[in-house]
Amino acid sequence: MPAADTTPASLVDIAYLITAICFIFGLRYLSSPKTARLGNRISAVGMLIAVVATLAQGIVNWWVIGSALAVGAAIGIISAQRVKMTAMPQMVAIFNGAGGGAAALVAAGELLKVYGANGTPTYDVSFTSMLSAVIGAISFAGSIIAFLKLQEVMTGRPITYPGQQVVNAAIALAILVCWGMVVANAPNAIDYFWVALGASFALGILFVLPIGGADMPVVISLLNSFTGVAAASTGFVLGNNVLIISGALVGASGTLLTVLMGKAMNRSVTNVLFGAFGAVKPAAAGAAAKTHNVRSVSADDVAAMLAYANEVIVVPGYGMAVAQAQHSIRELADQLEKKGIEVKYAIHPVAGRMPGHMNVLLAEANVPYTSLHDMDDINPEFERADVALVVGANDVTNPAAREDKDSPIYGMPILNVDKAHNVVVLKRSMASGFAGIDNPLYDDPKTVMLFGDAKKSIDGIVAGVKAL
Amino acid sequence: MTAHLLTELTIFILAVFVGLEVISKVPTTLHTPLMSATNAIHGIVLVGAILVAGAADAPFAPVIGFVLVLLASLNVFGGYTVTERMLQMFRPRVQAPKPPADQP
Repeated sequence: MPAADTTPASLVDIAYLITAICFIFGLRYLSSPKTARLGNRISAVGMLIAVVATLAQGIVNWWVIGSALAVGAAIGIISAQRVKMTAMPQMVAIFNGAGGGAAALVAAGELLKVYGANGTPTYDVSFTSMLSAVIGAISFAGSIIAFLKLQEVMTGRPITYPGQQVVNAAIALAILVCWGMVVANAPNAIDYFWVALGASFALGILFVLPIGGADMPVVISLLNSFTGVAAASTGFVLGNNVLIISGALVGASGTLLTVLMGKAMNRSVTNVLFGAFGAVKPAAAGAAAKTHNVRSVSADDVAAMLAYANEVIVVPGYGMAVAQAQHSIRELADQLEKKGIEVKYAIHPVAGRMPGHMNVLLAEANVPYTSLHDMDDINPEFERADVALVVGANDVTNPAAREDKDSPIYGMPILNVDKAHNVVVLKRSMASGFAGIDNPLYDDPKTVMLFGDAKKSIDGIVAGVKAL
Repeated sequence: MTAHLLTELTIFILAVFVGLEVISKVPTTLHTPLMSATNAIHGIVLVGAILVAGAADAPFAPVIGFVLVLLASLNVFGGYTVTERMLQMFRPRVQAPKPPADQP
């Protein structure tokens, strides 16, 4: 179906081009917090142009489309406005899954249309339809599992069983066989299509199951990239450039973030996905059973320590999100800054459950983004800091990653918390972190521990600082 | 492979490079809004959803068309709203002392 080059461009295609440009500018403006909101709006205007242009193309089934648009908009806007900032990762996962599911259905629709007319799809259409159906369904199912894990409806621990990789490989093979049958236009190709769609759904579920909570930043980025590729692929099916360009942008972004997150854990993406961590865990947990010799202190002790410091670096982790402690941290920082103490925040790239998770939570608590520092910026600063205040972070502060060649996380870049003059660790209990790895930081003589819920502990410290 | 698909593939590849170029300039502070913003952008699949579900020869029952457009619409509206909400929280350091009536 080569387009005749002499046909004048349609208004709709021009509108789509404008949309693509809007999306690119939208992302470009995300390079600074100052222009980011404008970027998001430009991108939204681009979306509006594309949707209006599409609707103006002579659509039937108005009532179906109109009502679906309205209901989707209502649910989307209301849930997006009500969701707590700490629940943001699972919200993003759900919207991502919705996009993946839609891409799979669009592909299914196009194939069904051809088969319904007793036609034979071209190789291009059948191949790209399979691509968006398979990737879209994996993204849809995977996002649902990611949501359930993040929402703690199901356990955030890796779920493993014997032969897991074999089962996944078998399903993947079945998908490929069906894919081949559809492209080869085998008799009953449509049945193979449905089998492939079902198998992809199952694979999406099974491949996220063994991935633990702390690896979610990688998974969420990857699923985002999958939905992008699925959307681009529906663009190939429909011959629609705006879908191709937008999908490519999202695919590139998701892939880049996935690789960044992997690097921040010193693990390859395949290692994260295929559960090598889960396999290491039992042995590491056994080693972690050794007794600790830690110094436990009270909130008032910590308050005194902080009040006489010159520079304090706060190191937030997922524990801060769980305890919703970001507002209390901000209050503590306000109190300290009143006393002329400098407060900075050190953010590890994989702290939390999605890329940049800590930054959003602290921004919610009105912490200026100029105080948030990423790992490379802040690491040389620890040597000058009087106190490093670790709030619910564990593995990202573990000096074993730097020093102990036998540690499962050896080589992972960490925040050099142990270089600070004093370290205060706020922790719920002595239980080891997600990875089940012992943290020698806690045995360090300059480290003190304050046990309990992070928010309550910090509120106690704030009261102590005020009383001084 | 048809010449048409090759042209589209070219567009795709170029767009991937544009994406990598633009995204690599986004600071880590904004990685969550970035995920959310790209999440909203892949809601463009709504265009595909409308084209398929709204065609006169729609290949499936209106119920499936409804679900299809609903999913895509959820993606678009939810995605942009969440991103906007996140971005409005990012503020530079305010020099003046915070007014007490700032918080509800």
